[in-house]
Amino acid sequence: MSHDHTEPPSDLELRVKALESLLVEKGLVNPDALNIIIDTYEHKVGPRNGAHVVAKAWTDQDFKQVLMQDATEAVAGLGYCGRQGEHLQVVENTADTHNLVVCTLCSCYPWTVLGLPPAWYKSAPYRSRAVSDPRAVLREFGTELDPGKKIRVWDSTSEMRYLVLPQRPEGTEGWSEGQLQQLVSRNSMIGVELARAADASARGES
Amino acid sequence: METFPFQPLDDEGPVFNEPWEAQAFGLVLALHEKGLFSWQEWAAVLGEEIAAAQAEGDPDLGNTYYHHWLSALEKITRLKNLSNETELRSRKEQWHAAYVNTPHGKPIQLSAGRSD
Repeated sequence: MSHDHTEPPSDLELRVKALESLLVEKGLVNPDALNIIIDTYEHKVGPRNGAHVVAKAWTDQDFKQVLMQDATEAVAGLGYCGRQGEHLQVVENTADTHNLVVCTLCSCYPWTVLGLPPAWYKSAPYRSRAVSDPRAVLREFGTELDPGKKIRVWDSTSEMRYLVLPQRPEGTEGWSEGQLQQLVSRNSMIGVELARAADASARGES
Repeated sequence: METFPFQPLDDEGPVFNEPWEAQAFGLVLALHEKGLFSWQEWAAVLGEEIAAAQAEGDPDLGNTYYHHWLSALEKITRLKNLSNETELRSRKEQWHAAYVNTPHGKPIQLSAGRSD
């Protein structure tokens, strides 16, 4: 292999480098601000934020009431603030109704509480089938609902994002917020799964 | 049990598969935060790019999402007169030349790709 040159990267990478260097040169993008944004989404926001919100709603009725009325405000109170001026609505799973979130147009997603969406959420099959056959999609995630339970599908937009409040698992009376958080998976907050079942190993001692 | 074929193995999989995806993602947020376009405008352009890619035969399984994101970013910079096709093409060629002209292991400077 020759060492007198460097192998150029992929075309995609060159396109990004071209854009970035031009936008920085024109003063439209500040490189430090760009690094902070990337670091935030790679390391600081993620489904743990949402799990915190859900566990708090399970244990604190006053918080839950505010959350159901104005989720944007309630999660901002926990320090999770949106950057795109979007509104957040929490949809609660009940004994009668299960909620499922999708974005049929692109991939709008409640970033502040769930981080960035998984690949399948952005895929065309999920975006179309969540609407046309939600029960089959849930089954593929291993989620079997009572045949009598209604499924309500929420289509996100750039202005409105949804977070599912799963049902609190049985047998978790007296659990702390921190213990309950361990039961709240990302998928349960999108609505493709339920919260994890309580079992002795999940409770932990910490 | 066989699960949804595009399901990641766990909740904490990588957010970006390659560094360029993170850069492209961050550029859109940075431009938006500078007030150069609204998030509604961005979502509309991204939605169009995704629909166009699907129409051209992309199965759109989520793995090409940032390809669409990048095309939409190029498009919105054109629509908002922040850049244009000619300038982008020539800058891309410069970067390509900069790599070719730089010995392996040395930092890549854009100036190494300038032909003058």
